[in-house]
Amino acid sequence: MGKYFDMLAEDVRLREGLKACMNCGVCTAVCPAAEFYNYDPRQIVAIVQTRDDDEIERLLKSDVIWYCGECMSCRPRCPRGNTPGYVIQALRTLSQRLGLFVESEKGRQQLALKRLIGDNILRTGYCLTPKNIRPEMHPEQGRVWEWIYENDEDVYALFSDCYGKEGAGALRRIDQESLDEIHRIFEVSGGKAFYDNIELHSERKAREMGYEGATDEYMMETYTYNSENHY
Amino acid sequence: MRRASWQEYQKEIAADKYYYARSCIRQNFFPGSEKAFLDILTNNLGIDIYDDPLHTSCTGIGYHSDVVPLETIMTVVARQFSLMAEAGYENFISSCITSFGIYNEVLATWEEFPETEERTRRYLREATGRELVKPRSIAHTSDIVFYHRHAIANQAKRRLVNVHTGKPLNVVEHIGCHYAKIFPKSGIGGSEFPYVLAGMIEAWGGNVVDYPERRHCCGFGFRNYLVQANRGSSIANSHKKLESMAPYKPDFIVANCPGCAMFLDKWQYAIAEMDGTTYGADGRGIPVLTYEEMAGLVLGYDPWQLGLQMHQVDVEPLLDKLGVEYSPEAKYLGEEGKFIGRPRAAAVNCEEQRRIYEIRR
Repeated sequence: MGKYFDMLAEDVRLREGLKACMNCGVCTAVCPAAEFYNYDPRQIVAIVQTRDDDEIERLLKSDVIWYCGECMSCRPRCPRGNTPGYVIQALRTLSQRLGLFVESEKGRQQLALKRLIGDNILRTGYCLTPKNIRPEMHPEQGRVWEWIYENDEDVYALFSDCYGKEGAGALRRIDQESLDEIHRIFEVSGGKAFYDNIELHSERKAREMGYEGATDEYMMETYTYNSENHY
Repeated sequence: MRRASWQEYQKEIAADKYYYARSCIRQNFFPGSEKAFLDILTNNLGIDIYDDPLHTSCTGIGYHSDVVPLETIMTVVARQFSLMAEAGYENFISSCITSFGIYNEVLATWEEFPETEERTRRYLREATGRELVKPRSIAHTSDIVFYHRHAIANQAKRRLVNVHTGKPLNVVEHIGCHYAKIFPKSGIGGSEFPYVLAGMIEAWGGNVVDYPERRHCCGFGFRNYLVQANRGSSIANSHKKLESMAPYKPDFIVANCPGCAMFLDKWQYAIAEMDGTTYGADGRGIPVLTYEEMAGLVLGYDPWQLGLQMHQVDVEPLLDKLGVEYSPEAKYLGEEGKFIGRPRAAAVNCEEQRRIYEIRR
């Protein structure tokens, strides 16, 4: 009893985000994710504070911890000063460290996020760049974005002297020395190992699901598949 | 009561000498806003601001997508702070609300859990050889525009007034969750009555619209947008806000956060394409501006130099109300008038008047 809770408590966000919840439900009332999904942050916090290993393990393997959008609307509302969003961050981190995230449809999406956002940080120094907002993956970005995407050099030249080039300005190319520093930061602070762990467990799960590993095909499946069982 | 409440949440904002950290989302979708911000501060206000080529993303989108660990983002943030100090500055300003929330969160975590600061200092030294120097002040770039709003008003070429009726324009302001919901004391007006954009609108002659879902999330929700399978959550939340504000007939929306500005613009397009609903006048969308664009228009900047052609919802109805002179033909031209094509027509835009959609009056 309490093994998972103790692991969660190593995360300062859990210690900051959960003192003693009285289950009033204000967090759920104000939560944008709770309006859309079958999701109740009050219940998550209630389960975590029971310290019950079986219940927490069930959470770590479930879709439910992946519904929160981390808007943190819950934080200023809690009369006890708790932050359910921080509790969610701690649960998600532990779920990935233990490899349990691959046991849920929404958890498996972490592979897509790691490759689309995480790898882009190491490649470019930015979370996103125009060329990785591909219109076929982002139809909602609209017609103007298609035009920008197809004419990126001409459009960005209107606002930046350094688009794709070194120097100061919007969307400048990050110099190699700075990128090397970011890579070393990821190495020494555990970011690289965290990425590798997402890949490792995704590879295992992909094979279990009949794929030839965590291929692009598997990644795209996690990115696009929706069982519609979340509402 | 409301006006008194915002005054409880005041923060010290430095008057000059800023270290500028760019935003991943703003520079992708609103590069003209970042340029306008620098131009306004430098050319209109004569302020010292440093645009450092060495800083990177804060990695905040990765952090809030839960793929970048806390220890890693803390060290990236520490590197940004050390770059600021090495450049000779101590007032750190961020062009991104997500980053702003993160800078505040990291500083608060170091304060609350000093062992995390020690660990970060060690990681930073080991990875980069740099020493962490904490900033004297942290502000979002909208805080800076707010601080200088009266100086901007003194140089205004126009006010947020309908030139045809003489009445103030109705403006919906959207603050963005991470501006003040994480650390209410870090935002002007706190999380309940944020005043940062309302203060600009009032100083420049507009009327701030209050509506039921004013504080609701724009719908970004990080993984709830970034993963295609989850986007129903994102559009549903934007839809809720748009439905709530439409009866108040806003002339435009102004957003604090670059992500919010993008989503409130793009989801209007998606909703119009999906079911034909539009939220502005005459079957069009509601134009969405960044606060830099709003300030730029007030100061008389050219709309295409501000980057308003990069918005999906056409801004021309708003420009006409403001009495802005502009060249329609120049909207989609490149440098020196180079023709680079033009976007295809969309239901939410001005050119699709032949299509009949629900018009919210």
